[in-house]
Amino acid sequence: MSKRRVLGLFDGFDAAFAAINDIKAGNVSGVALDDVEVLSPIEHPDIDEVLEHRKSHVPKFTLLGALFGMTFGFLFLASAQANFLVQPQGGKPVIPLPSNIVLTYEMLILFGVIFTLIAFLTTARLLRKRNPLYSERITIDQVGVEITLDESNLAGLKENFAKHGVLEVREGTL
Amino acid sequence: MQTKDINENLPWAQINKDVMRSMMNPRMAYWVAIIVCIAMISCAVAAEIYQYNVGMGTANLNWPHMWDLYIATFIFWIGMSHSGTLLSAILHIIHADWRKPIYRFAEAMTTFSLMTAGLFPVIHLGRMWNMYWVLPYYSDRGIWPNFRSPLVWDAFAITTYLTSSALFLFIGMIPDLAVCRDNTTGWRRKLYTILSLGWRGDDRQWRNFRRTYLLMACFLIPLAVSVHSIVSSDFAVSIMPGWHVTTFPPYFVAGALYSGCAAIITLFICLRYFFRLEDYMTIPILVKTAKLTFAIAMVWTYLNLIEFASIWYGHNAVDKELLIAKFTGPYSPYFWLMLFIGSVVPFTLAFEKLRTHLPTMLVVSLVLNLGMWLERWMIVTPTLSLGYHPFAFDVMWPSMVQWAIVFGSFGWFGLLFLIFVKVFPCVSMYEVKEMCYHRKRATLGIGHGEHAGGGAAGAVPASKSDLERS
Repeated sequence: MSKRRVLGLFDGFDAAFAAINDIKAGNVSGVALDDVEVLSPIEHPDIDEVLEHRKSHVPKFTLLGALFGMTFGFLFLASAQANFLVQPQGGKPVIPLPSNIVLTYEMLILFGVIFTLIAFLTTARLLRKRNPLYSERITIDQVGVEITLDESNLAGLKENFAKHGVLEVREGTL
Repeated sequence: MQTKDINENLPWAQINKDVMRSMMNPRMAYWVAIIVCIAMISCAVAAEIYQYNVGMGTANLNWPHMWDLYIATFIFWIGMSHSGTLLSAILHIIHADWRKPIYRFAEAMTTFSLMTAGLFPVIHLGRMWNMYWVLPYYSDRGIWPNFRSPLVWDAFAITTYLTSSALFLFIGMIPDLAVCRDNTTGWRRKLYTILSLGWRGDDRQWRNFRRTYLLMACFLIPLAVSVHSIVSSDFAVSIMPGWHVTTFPPYFVAGALYSGCAAIITLFICLRYFFRLEDYMTIPILVKTAKLTFAIAMVWTYLNLIEFASIWYGHNAVDKELLIAKFTGPYSPYFWLMLFIGSVVPFTLAFEKLRTHLPTMLVVSLVLNLGMWLERWMIVTPTLSLGYHPFAFDVMWPSMVQWAIVFGSFGWFGLLFLIFVKVFPCVSMYEVKEMCYHRKRATLGIGHGEHAGGGAAGAVPASKSDLERS
């Protein structure tokens, strides 16, 4: 059975959420909540609850980046200082902690930010080929519900969309 | 008079249209401003070419005045950069949604201020082609910068701040770049298609976007504070009178926020006029910014008094003499002017009638920035003039070359900023939509404004169409 991708465009969040709630309640056969994506011009505060709290893994990368920055920063400075003994030390230790802490702190933040950016680009699936089902109305004022399903379940889904006042349905193949 | 921060009944399509229009058809004043900026830059370029050919002596940078306007202006631009990203991040974390129509240009201000500030150490260096020596890189000679020096800390801190601020600005703009991509043609469409990174507004993207933006805001707050503290260390870790002061880091941060807020008011009024953005850059938002500026002005005044009191009661003879010289010596007119502008002029912001009058606010904000520039000059120059050794006492007036380069830096900043607001949306469209949406929900008693996410799935009857119908 071939897989289909369907995008329903709704006038607002409540219609889109109602359509998703029907899917959650099992009223549309062959479609699970995991197959549903919501496209919107803003982030609705209830979207997480409707989609049952999907997780973001960005903070893990941020922590990793900050730890890497801190470790790399300090080791980088210390190794440079340890290899440059001809520099006048002015009675201070070769690897002075107070000044190195300042720079280590900056490196912690720099790498934390860079890793966060990389995490965002990868986890949000940016920089990918554009989905042909995309509608420009989504960046204006409409809310889209995109679902991947078997072709045999298409009619039931369209019925569900129509029940909740869908404005337009677009279809494509995977 | 308008009492709401924004008209929450603005249709979302209208928001897109208004902001996109602002990028296409500014008023004539915008083009005049561009020409003025180019003229100012030309002065600076001519002065720099002259200085390059003749030598640094032409700038009157001779011992003991090895630092002067260049470094004072460097600190000024670093300070100016603070309010943009720092306030945007703080207000984002505390869910102050009135920041939404104005934070974009404030963040851009940060990035371009840093880019302007970065020019001054290079110009001041004289042999500008050796600028890269401050960077820590492996060389065959095995030479590294002195990591104990606050000047190297500056290089690290400013690079980190510039990188982070630019990324913060860019990430916050991605959803709007997608709007621009969908509504433009030609070179703009190509540019926005590349920069929007394939944004389509799905829940995965929004979820990760919000987390990313929040995490970056959390990083940027301590970063911004650390950057200006480190810049203050250029002075505070020395043993020069007037610089070796414990309160310098908070004093610098307060001064930075102060000048940044004043600059936000200036740019707010200019952009509102240039791009006809009266529906978004509203008077109530200006009033809130003015109140914030007033509060920071009082903090700055307090820190000044604390510094004077510490020196006075500390009884260090040299420090005390320098303080007296600031009030009565050759630089006293500028010092008094700085105190008057920094501590007295902000009281105009305490009056409702004045802070809602745009021409007055424009003048006040420009004057406040002049005061903050004088503050930096009064930090640098009197100490160099009146150090420990009487034989080294010297009063110096900056040369025309220095003035021209300082003057041109304002043109450089202005040009970068004006180009940015013409190419990119200076009002965040998606956040203004969110602001309207949440405020309308709050008005109708459906949610709780920004935190309206408590309802069960599907239980909140709050579609855009429902809100519009009601």
